[in-house]
Amino acid sequence: MGIVSPGFSGRRRPGGEKLPPGQYLVTDFPVLSAGPTPRVDTGSWELGVVTETGERHSWDWAAFRALPSEEFTVDLHCVTKWSKLGTRWRGVSLDTLLEQADTSAEYVLARSYGGYTTNLPLEDLLDGRAWIAFEFEGEPLDPEHGGPARLLVPHLYLWKSAKWVQRIDLMNSDEPGFWESLGYHNYGDPWREQRYWGD
Amino acid sequence: MPEPLDGNMLAGPLSDVFTVDISTAVGQCASCGTSAPMGETRVYADAPGLVARCVACGEVVLRLVRSDGRAWLDLRGTRCLQLTLPAE
Amino acid sequence: MARAAVLGRLSWQVGTVTGIRDEAAGARTLTIELPDWPGHAAGQHVDVRLTAPDGYSAQRSYSIASAPDDREIELTVQRIDDGEVSPYLTQTLERGYPLELRGPIGGWFVWDPARPEPVLLLAGGSGIVPLMSMIRTRTAAGRTTPFRLLYSARSPDTILYAAELAERHLAGNGLTVTYAYTRSASPDSPRPAGRIDAGLLTAAGFTPGYAPGASPGYPPGPAADGWPQDAAPAVFVCGPTGFVEAAARLLVAAGHDPAVIKTERFGPSGG
Repeated sequence: MGIVSPGFSGRRRPGGEKLPPGQYLVTDFPVLSAGPTPRVDTGSWELGVVTETGERHSWDWAAFRALPSEEFTVDLHCVTKWSKLGTRWRGVSLDTLLEQADTSAEYVLARSYGGYTTNLPLEDLLDGRAWIAFEFEGEPLDPEHGGPARLLVPHLYLWKSAKWVQRIDLMNSDEPGFWESLGYHNYGDPWREQRYWGD
Repeated sequence: MPEPLDGNMLAGPLSDVFTVDISTAVGQCASCGTSAPMGETRVYADAPGLVARCVACGEVVLRLVRSDGRAWLDLRGTRCLQLTLPAE
Repeated sequence: MARAAVLGRLSWQVGTVTGIRDEAAGARTLTIELPDWPGHAAGQHVDVRLTAPDGYSAQRSYSIASAPDDREIELTVQRIDDGEVSPYLTQTLERGYPLELRGPIGGWFVWDPARPEPVLLLAGGSGIVPLMSMIRTRTAAGRTTPFRLLYSARSPDTILYAAELAERHLAGNGLTVTYAYTRSASPDSPRPAGRIDAGLLTAAGFTPGYAPGASPGYPPGPAADGWPQDAAPAVFVCGPTGFVEAAARLLVAAGHDPAVIKTERFGPSGG
């Protein structure tokens, strides 16, 4: 730890709310990215689900928006330590999206426009715990926050909520994604503070 | 907005790993073969880690994650890195 | 003295703030005395780290503004209102306070006084800071290498180091300064406010084949005396990302070799 800087306390707001260990509250919405913001217009946008046998389902924007969607309010926890509470979204539940998929796969690799990937157990996408979100606070999701549509899995650290989601691969074996292959925890539960390998 | 910085800023974080200044090292991109000083890469530094991209083709040439006491470095995107060593 | 590109393992050290000077537009220059400082090359920066009593810390990079010295450095910090580090540095810090930093960092965006070629400097807003280190280092090293500075800022009262730059410009020893304003120009400015463009680069002597007085509607550029027309200049551009990208495109379009253009983007805000 460095020397204490007299009079410095940082930008954090005091808790009050129950936050996962090591997190602080923000009121803005920081943008973190591993590359330039992909610009995908809804005319050419496509979302695919590919099962472990290679069976493929895909939706263009019209077909995707025709699926039943729901509004939901969740807390976000980023591994870089900021948390944003009570965020309001609209999206299609992964339960809906995966309804037709005939699968016995245990793992998922989510792929984004621009090349980003992240992996999770399939069961973490089900039972109302994950969505493909396309609206934030009542407005179409901004490209810098992952629009036209992003994966949202709020019970895990936010790097698992792949922005600009393009494809969900259902897999028999686990394949570490972009950050999971470089030191970030394979699962990423904020409440057990699983930030890095070995945590 | 995740606007990239220049690779000149790699020198600080990479000083935990290298004893020579990486911003003057010349890297050859493994994707397109372009050679350029690492100072000329486009660095996305806001992410959970540091991501440097080739100025010619945009592919990732270097990634660095640091936590307390540990660092992870991925140079798969760089075929070869030429470093300037001090005169003996 | 040219420095080898060796850092050893950079370690954090604690300096003491020995001087505070207010600059234009909410910026402040800090003089920091350091017990174990190896000196620096013009253009390098330091990482500054602030730590709260509970261990929370924030870190930002700041360009060194001063010429090399073995005891102290100067940093000029722009206050960003909702930033995390700059409000502390520009409002809370006082003389006698400790400040933790590491450096000097960055062997690529540097100017070596031993090099003979003329130098073009393009500054956008607070991007002037590392370029000011180059200007001050030039004087400290007793060099008369031809230097041309084009300094783009929002308005005349956001110009940093205005008095010092005016003095150096008038000194007539090979440095000329041209200002460009993006939001509001001064009343006697020949050019209305606007972003830099190809015409401005030419008027300021930044393109090959520059001729003094040939650009009506633009601020008067440097006199051509002393500028070696056939030598390819080194070019340094520093400022916010948008400015740097626009300037670099214009310079390449004007015929400069991309390999001699060095850029330092400050990002959208330092915080």
